[in-house]
Amino acid sequence: MGWFTKTTEPREQAALPDLWHVCPACQAHVFKDEWEAALKVCPKCGHHDRLSARERIGLLVDPGSFREFGTEILPSDPLGFSDAKGPYAAKAAAAVKKLGTSESVVVGSGNVEGTRVVLAVMDFRFLGGSLSTGCGEKIALAIQHAIDFNRAFVMVSASGGARMHEGILSLMQMAKTCAALQRLERAGLPYVSILTDPTTGGVSASYALLGDVNLAEPGTLIGFAGRRVIETTIKQKLPDDFQTAEYQLEHGFVDAIVPRKELKARLAQLLAFRMK
Amino acid sequence: MDFDFEKPLQPLRDKIDALVAKSRRGDPTAEAALAGLRKQLAKESASLYARLTPWETVQVARHPGRPTARQYAEKMCDEFVELHGDRVCADDPAILGGLARIGKTRFLLLGHQKGTTTEERIACRFGMANPDGYRKADRLMKLAEKWGLPVVTLVDTAGAYPGLEAEARGQGEAIGRSLLVMAGLKTPILSIVTGEGGSGGALGIALGDRVLMLQFAVYSVISPEGCASILWRDGAKAPEAAAALRITAKDLLRLGVVDGIVPEPEGAAHANPDRAIALVRKAILDNLADMMANAPVGDRLVEERFRKFSAMGKFDPKKAVKA
Ligand SMILES: [Zn+2]
Repeated sequence: MGWFTKTTEPREQAALPDLWHVCPACQAHVFKDEWEAALKVCPKCGHHDRLSARERIGLLVDPGSFREFGTEILPSDPLGFSDAKGPYAAKAAAAVKKLGTSESVVVGSGNVEGTRVVLAVMDFRFLGGSLSTGCGEKIALAIQHAIDFNRAFVMVSASGGARMHEGILSLMQMAKTCAALQRLERAGLPYVSILTDPTTGGVSASYALLGDVNLAEPGTLIGFAGRRVIETTIKQKLPDDFQTAEYQLEHGFVDAIVPRKELKARLAQLLAFRMK
Repeated sequence: MDFDFEKPLQPLRDKIDALVAKSRRGDPTAEAALAGLRKQLAKESASLYARLTPWETVQVARHPGRPTARQYAEKMCDEFVELHGDRVCADDPAILGGLARIGKTRFLLLGHQKGTTTEERIACRFGMANPDGYRKADRLMKLAEKWGLPVVTLVDTAGAYPGLEAEARGQGEAIGRSLLVMAGLKTPILSIVTGEGGSGGALGIALGDRVLMLQFAVYSVISPEGCASILWRDGAKAPEAAAALRITAKDLLRLGVVDGIVPEPEGAAHANPDRAIALVRKAILDNLADMMANAPVGDRLVEERFRKFSAMGKFDPKKAVKA
C-alpha cells in the first residue's frame, strides 16, 4: 500500500481536544477554558462532569484554609491479591503516584464561608473511588477528628463501591465507617453527605445516604445494584431516569439537588443552622 | 452424589448400597462388612472435606440442603414466635425474625431465609432481602434492646436483592441504616454466617460483637463469579477469584473478621442437617452465656463494638504498598 492511499482514510481529530471539550452527555463542543471556568459543567446541557478530590476541595472550602491529614495512610494489600492484569499492589502504587493522593479519599479540615468543618472527599479516578481499608481508615480518622474538635462532618462520595482486591476487609470498611458515624451521632455533631457521580454499591450502602442532610449534584448516579444486574434479574428494561439524583429526590432519599456552582453556598447555609 | 469433588467416594458408596441390599435379603455376612465400609467412607469423606478448594467450599456453602433460618428457628429453638413487618410498608419473607428461646436462654432471632420448597424460595427471593427486610431487622433489633434481649443473626444470602422496587425503596439506605443501628445497639449481638455471606446484603445483619462462621460457609465482598467477570473479564475464572478473595472460614479467622468457627457434621451440613442444627444450637448457647456474663453493657458495649470493627484493616505502614 502506497503512502498516498492514507489520505483516503478518515482524518483523526487529534488536534481538537486541546482547545475543545466534548460533552459526554450532549456531544456539544465547548471551549475547554469556558467549560473549566463553569466548574466542568456543560454550558449547553448542564451535565456535571466528574471532579478530582482536589478540585472538589477547591470548590467547597475557603482559599488557603484546607489542612489535609491522614496522608500517611496508603493502600495496603492484605490478601496479596493478583488478577488477570497482575498484582493489585502495583496497581494501587501506580494510582498513588499518578494522582498524588494517598488513597481514594482526601481528608482534612477547612473553612466553608468561615465555618470550620472536617471533610472527606472521594476521588473517582483513584481505582474507581473504591472503598478500601486505607479509604475506610481515612474516613474513620476524619470522623474522629470532627468529634475531637467538635466540628461538623462533610462527606463527598464518588465511588463504584468496595475495592474487591482487598476482599472481606474492604467490606468491613462499611461497618467501620458506620460505627464511626454512630459515634459522631452520639456526639451530636452534624453530618452533611454530598453525593456526586457515581455513588453506588457498598458506599451507597454505608455512609453515603446516612447524612442528617443528603445533597446531590444534578444527574448523579445513586444506587446500590448496577443497572445491568437488575435488568438481568427482573428481565425488564429500567426507566431512563432510574437511579439518578432526581429519581432519589422523588423517592425520598436526598434532600435537595444542588447545582455545582451553588453547592458551597448551600453547605454554608445549612451549617449556619447548627445551634450547639 | 452432590458434588463433582465427591466422585472418589462413589465406589465406596456403591459398595455400601450393594451390601445394604444384600443384608435386606437376609444375608448375615453383609452386616459386619457394612460397618467397616461405613467407617472407611466417613474417614475418606472427612479427609476430602478437609481439603476442599475455596471454589468447592462455595458449592458446599450454597447447597440447597443446608438448614435454612426457618429450620434453625423451628428445630433448634424450644420456642419461636415469629414477628412480621417493617412498620413502613411491607413484610419481607427474605428476613425471618422473631422471639426465640432455647432452654432458659431467650433472644431475638434474625436470619436470611432462602426457603426450602420452590414456592417458598421464589417468595423469599432465594434469601435476597429487599430494603423492607433490613428495616424489619432494625425494628426488631430495637425491640430486643428495649426488652433486654440479646440478638442472634443467621447470615445466609447471595446478596441484597437487585430489583426495581428494592432500589426505589432505598436498598443502599436501608443497609447503611441497619449498620448504623447495629453499631449503636445496647444489647449484645451474635452473628453466625451459616451458608453464603454475600457482600453488603450479608453484612447488613452481621455487625455483631461476635461473628462466627460455619466450617464450610463463605463470606465475601463480591461473588467469585462477579469478581471473575470484572477482574478477569471471564466469569468462568470464578475458581481463581474464589481463591484470590480469601473467603473461607479459616481465611476469615486468620484475617480477624470472624471470631470462631462452628464445626459441621461429617460431609458438611447438608449431609446431616439435624446434627448441623444441634452444633449451631450449642454455639449459640455457649457464646450467649459468655457474652451475657462477661460483655460490657450500655455505652461500653457500643464502644467495644466500635473498637472491634475499627481494628479491621487497621493501617500498618509496614504493610503499605510501595509507591
Ligand atoms: Zn452537554
